[in-house]
Amino acid sequence: MSFQFYSEKVLKYVKHPQNLGQIKNPDGVATVGNPVCGDVMRLFIKVEKKNNQEYLKDIKFQTLGCGAAIATSSMITTMVKGKPLKDAEKITNQAIAEALGGLPPSKMHCSILAAEALKKAIQNYRQKSKK
Amino acid sequence: MKKIYLDHAATTPVAPAVLKTMQAFFTKDFGNPSEPHSWGQAARQGIEEAREKVARFLKAQPSEIIFTSGATEAINLAHKGLIETFKNQSKNSRPHLITTQIEHKAVLETCRHLEKIGWAKVSYLPVEQNGLVKTKEVERAIRPETVLLSVMFVNNETGAVQPLKAIGQLLQKINKQRLRNKKGRIYFHTDATQAVQYFNCQVDDLGVDLLSLSGHKFYAPKGVGVLFIRKKTPLVRQQDGGGQEYRLRAGTENVPFIVGLGKAIELIQPNQKQSLKNTQKLRDRLVSGVLKIPKVRLVGDLKTNAPHIATFLVEGVEGEAMMLLLSEKGIAASSGSACTSGLLAPSHVLLAMGYQSQQAHGSLRFSLGQANTPKEIDEVLAFLPEVIQKLRRMAPKL
Repeated sequence: MSFQFYSEKVLKYVKHPQNLGQIKNPDGVATVGNPVCGDVMRLFIKVEKKNNQEYLKDIKFQTLGCGAAIATSSMITTMVKGKPLKDAEKITNQAIAEALGGLPPSKMHCSILAAEALKKAIQNYRQKSKK
Repeated sequence: MKKIYLDHAATTPVAPAVLKTMQAFFTKDFGNPSEPHSWGQAARQGIEEAREKVARFLKAQPSEIIFTSGATEAINLAHKGLIETFKNQSKNSRPHLITTQIEHKAVLETCRHLEKIGWAKVSYLPVEQNGLVKTKEVERAIRPETVLLSVMFVNNETGAVQPLKAIGQLLQKINKQRLRNKKGRIYFHTDATQAVQYFNCQVDDLGVDLLSLSGHKFYAPKGVGVLFIRKKTPLVRQQDGGGQEYRLRAGTENVPFIVGLGKAIELIQPNQKQSLKNTQKLRDRLVSGVLKIPKVRLVGDLKTNAPHIATFLVEGVEGEAMMLLLSEKGIAASSGSACTSGLLAPSHVLLAMGYQSQQAHGSLRFSLGQANTPKEIDEVLAFLPEVIQKLRRMAPKL
């Protein structure tokens, strides 16, 4: 049991975030949170179809927020990149928190925000592809 | 890399001379100061010498000084103790307490508790954009049933120095009138926690009846503080038990820590003016460097602020993230962002000053101490723009 506020993994992701940046002409994009609350996350996704299945070919994030906000949004991109869309959709906020070696209770809302960002980005892709 | 500590408003290290003075009271002079034997009397002497040192610093009587576990306990005792005295004074109205919106939580939460249990009504005074309470507002808030006014000396988040003297003089005038009209007087408390190291805290100059302070902000250990109680200020003790501390704070005294606090407060006085100047100079160096970074502003007014605190609002960055990246490089700072409070609300002080939530989330506080050097400040200035730039690049454009 660690008595540190943040796990080593969270700190690592804050220092060296994975998949940071934007995707030009993304297939789906979503922004969640707002500056009044202090956390804003934006996810960009690129989807590829192979053998009738949709895959997350690429995913990138941008975040304004605390350490947990940065770490959870970066972590979710590494967890779903290359995965089938239907699997990616099922990622829960608990899974993100676990993958980071746990989050302080007051920071769990950041993982919820990250999970919501992915769901909305996929929703955005589906709406676009219907047209 | 050498570590750089710029969080002295949170706590300071124990000075070597203080630690040295304390040591004998852990092992050799460990007696219970309530016992008449020589062990006890050695400890008693340690406490009473410390009390005299604190009294000298505050220009008060030793009998007006009691030791507590810290400023929080002192504040609780001052507010609850005084209100308990007056709670049954009138059948029609509860005692009224005036404080400010920018107090430390120790004051605010104590006041909320008193409201909740129905012992007092409380007015929370607003502040100006510069973080200062207006003396006029104090006057306007006073009611016939007001018994206590509580205004902090130096704000811990912004360094704003409150106009205590002016408020104290106003209160003296009002109290004279009230006594003439056979009405009860209003007592005056200040939380001087952030002021002790750099300011004159003589209680008659300030015009206060109650003053709280904490040792670990001026190189004494954590876990020891002081409440000054002016003679004839009626307090009901809040911790019951033995007769220690003039029957106002039961429990065997924390002798080594009390001795340490006495030593630390003694060390302040001869160098106070010089250390204020030195700290101011370092702070100005820091502020002018930080303000070169685009879209960064200083909170409060450099000319009137306490010398050891500089708080900045950095646009487009969250405070905790800055703190974490600075900490990676061995630099300790602090932030009033929501994320650092454990709650989801940003600093109540910055909000009271009229800043928006999104501005307050980007707050970064540096607080200087006696051991900081110009070289350290330059190192921070060399690294901070990088941190801010990195985080701004991470953020989505809104």
